Amino acid sequence: MITIQEIKKSLIVSVWFMLLTFPIMVIRVNTVEKIVEWRWENMFFIGISVFFLSFLWRYLMKRKELEKKPDIGTWEISILQEIVKKPKILICCSCCLVLFALLLPFIFSFYQTNIITNALIYVMLGLGLNIVVGLAGLLDLGYVAFYAVGAYSYALLNHHFGLGFWSVLPVAAFLSAFFGILLGFPVLRLRGDYLAIVTLGFGEIIRLILENWNEFSFGPSGIANIKRPGLFGIQMSLETSIIYIYYLMLLIVIFTIFVVNRLQNSRVGRAWIALREDEIACQAMGIDKTKTKLTAFALGATWAGMAGAIFAAKTTFINPASFTFLESAMILSIVVLGGMGSIIGVIIASFILILTPEYLRAFSDYRMLIFGATMVIMMVFRPQGIIPNVRRTYKFSKSRIEN
Amino acid sequence: MKIKKMEYFFELFLGGLTRGSIYALIALGYTMVYGIIELINFAHGEIYMIGSFTALIVASVLTLKGFNQISILILASLAAIIYSGAYGYTLEKIAYKPLRHAQRLSPLISAIGMSIFLQNYVLLAQTSDFLPFPNLIPEFEFWEPYSHIIGSPQLVIILVTIIIMVLLTILIKYTKIGKAMRATAQDKNMAMLVGVNINHVISITFIIGSVLAAVGGVLIASHIGMINFYIGFIAGIKAFTAAVLGGIGSIPGAVIGALILGWTESFATGYVSSDYEDVFAFALLVFILIFKPAGILGHSDAQKV
Repeated sequence: MITIQEIKKSLIVSVWFMLLTFPIMVIRVNTVEKIVEWRWENMFFIGISVFFLSFLWRYLMKRKELEKKPDIGTWEISILQEIVKKPKILICCSCCLVLFALLLPFIFSFYQTNIITNALIYVMLGLGLNIVVGLAGLLDLGYVAFYAVGAYSYALLNHHFGLGFWSVLPVAAFLSAFFGILLGFPVLRLRGDYLAIVTLGFGEIIRLILENWNEFSFGPSGIANIKRPGLFGIQMSLETSIIYIYYLMLLIVIFTIFVVNRLQNSRVGRAWIALREDEIACQAMGIDKTKTKLTAFALGATWAGMAGAIFAAKTTFINPASFTFLESAMILSIVVLGGMGSIIGVIIASFILILTPEYLRAFSDYRMLIFGATMVIMMVFRPQGIIPNVRRTYKFSKSRIEN
Repeated sequence: MKIKKMEYFFELFLGGLTRGSIYALIALGYTMVYGIIELINFAHGEIYMIGSFTALIVASVLTLKGFNQISILILASLAAIIYSGAYGYTLEKIAYKPLRHAQRLSPLISAIGMSIFLQNYVLLAQTSDFLPFPNLIPEFEFWEPYSHIIGSPQLVIILVTIIIMVLLTILIKYTKIGKAMRATAQDKNMAMLVGVNINHVISITFIIGSVLAAVGGVLIASHIGMINFYIGFIAGIKAFTAAVLGGIGSIPGAVIGALILGWTESFATGYVSSDYEDVFAFALLVFILIFKPAGILGHSDAQKV
C-alpha cells in the first residue's frame, strides 16, 4: 500500500513543517529575565505528527477525488438521515430525547444543568445563524452584534426601568430584528465576501461602542445584578431558578426548531434556498431579492436577540467582552460543522463544540485552535457538514418504473 | 496660536502618512490575491503577525548573543520575510488550493478558520501577553536637525514603502512573472491555454503578498514597540478596508486607499476622540461598501450570466 515514494513525500512535508514552525514553536524568549528557552521536543512532536497526518491528508484527498467522479451532488446517506426520512422512527426518537431532556435536571447536578443550558443557548444561536448562512447563503460574521443587542436591551431596560424578563423578551427580539434590517438594508446588495466583511465591521462597531460609551452601557465593567426571569412572582432560590431557566431554554429551543423547520419548507424558505443557489435565476423567477434577504437577516437577528436576553438573564452579568468576534466565529463553526441548512446537524454540532471543552478541561485551552482547524478541514473534506441537509426530492421507486 | 494649530495639523498629517504606508504594505497582499483568485485572504493579517513575531524572536536571540544593531535589523527582517513567505505558501496549499472549484463561501470560511487557527497557534506556542518589540530602526545622525518634524523611524517606514511600491510596479509591469500574473488575473483558463502555470503564479502571488506583510509587520512593530497574537486581526481588517477603498484588485488603488484610511484615522483621533479609533476605520469601510463598492480606482464589472 504505502510506497517508498509516499514515505519520501511525507518526510519532505514533515521536515518542511518542522522548519516552518521552528521559531514560534521551539524558541521562547523571556525578555524580562533575558533567557532563551529552547523547546526542541516540540519540533520532534511536530515532525512525527505531520508525518502521519500527511498520509491521512493524502488518503482523504484521494477519497474525495474518487467520490466526486460517479455522481456530483449526492452524498452518502448516513444512518441519521435514514432516521429522518422515516417518520415513525423520527417521532419515537424525538419523544425519547424530549423525555430525557425533561428528566435531565433531576439526573444531573446543577452545575451540569447550567452547562447544558449554555449549550442550548448556542443551539438557538446556531439555528438562528443557520437561517442566514445556511438557508439564505449570506455569510454573516457579525452575528454576535445582534446577540449583544438582545442582551444589552434586557440588561439596560431592567437596570433603568426595572422591566421584567417576559416583557423585555419580545422587545429584545424586536430591537435585534430592527438592527438586522438597519444593517441589512444598505449592505444586502453586496457580494458574498464583501457582505462578510461589512457584517464583521458592524459587529466590531457595536462592541467598540458598548466598550467606550460609558454613559450608555457602563463601559468595559458591564452591567451586574440583572434580574433572573420570574414566574408569576414566585420567589425562587438560585437552584430552582437554574432549573427553571433550563426548562425555559428547552421550551424556546423546541419552539425554535419548530419554527425553523416550518420556515425551511415555506415559501420564503424556498426563496432563500433558491437565492443561495443562484441569485440571477432566482430574480428571473420573480423573487424580490432585497426583501427575501432582509427577512433572512431580520429573522436570524430575532433569534440572536432572544438568545441574548436569555443569556443576560441567566448569567445576571454582561460586559462587552462576551461579544467579541470569536463568539461569532464559534457560532459560525457550529453551523459549518453541523452542515449548513441542517437543523439536526447544527444541534449536534453545538453540543459537541460547547460540551467537549467543558468536560475535557485539558482540551479547553486548545478550543479555538481546534475550532479553526475544524473549519478548514470541514471545508476541504466535507463542506456539507456532519449531517448534510436533505433536500426535498422526489424519487421514482423501482417497482413503479417496472409497471 | 495659529502656528500651533498648523503644527498639530502637520503632525497628524505625517502620522497618517506613516500609518497609511504600513496599511498599504499589508493591503497590497489582499489586493494581489484578490486580483488573481478573487478570494479575500482572511488569514493575511495573521501572516503579518507571524512575521513580526519571527522578527521579535530572532532579534531577541541575536541581542542576547551580542550582535550589533544593524546586523540584528537585517537578520531579523530577513527571517521575518522568509518565514512569512513560507507561511503564505503553505497556507495557500492547505486551505485554499483544494477549494479552488468549491462553492463561493467555502474558501472564505476556510480562510476564517485558518486565521483563528494561526492566532491560537501563536497564542499557545508563545504567549498571550503584549511583548515589547525592540526598536530595530536606528536614529540617523544626519537626520538630527529635522527629527522634530519627522522621526527617523517614520522616515524609514515611508521610504521603504515607496521603494517597495516602485519595485512591485516594475515586477508586475515588466517581468515575465508579472505578465503571467496579469494574465491569470484576467482569465485563468485562457492563461492556462497559453502555457502559464497557474499554480505557480498563485503560489508566487501569495509569497509576495506575505513578504510585503512581513516588511510591514517589522516596520510597524518597531515603530509601536508592542506586539501580541491579536495584532493581525485588526491590522488585517484595516488593510482590507484600505484595499476596498482603493478598489480591490488594483495595486495603486490599494496605496491610495491606505493613505486615505491612514489620514482619516489620524485626523479623526486627533480632532474628535481617540477612544473610537477603530470605529472610524470600520465605519469608513461600511460606508465605502455601501456607496461605492467598486472603490476609487476599481471598476465594477457587469455580472456574467
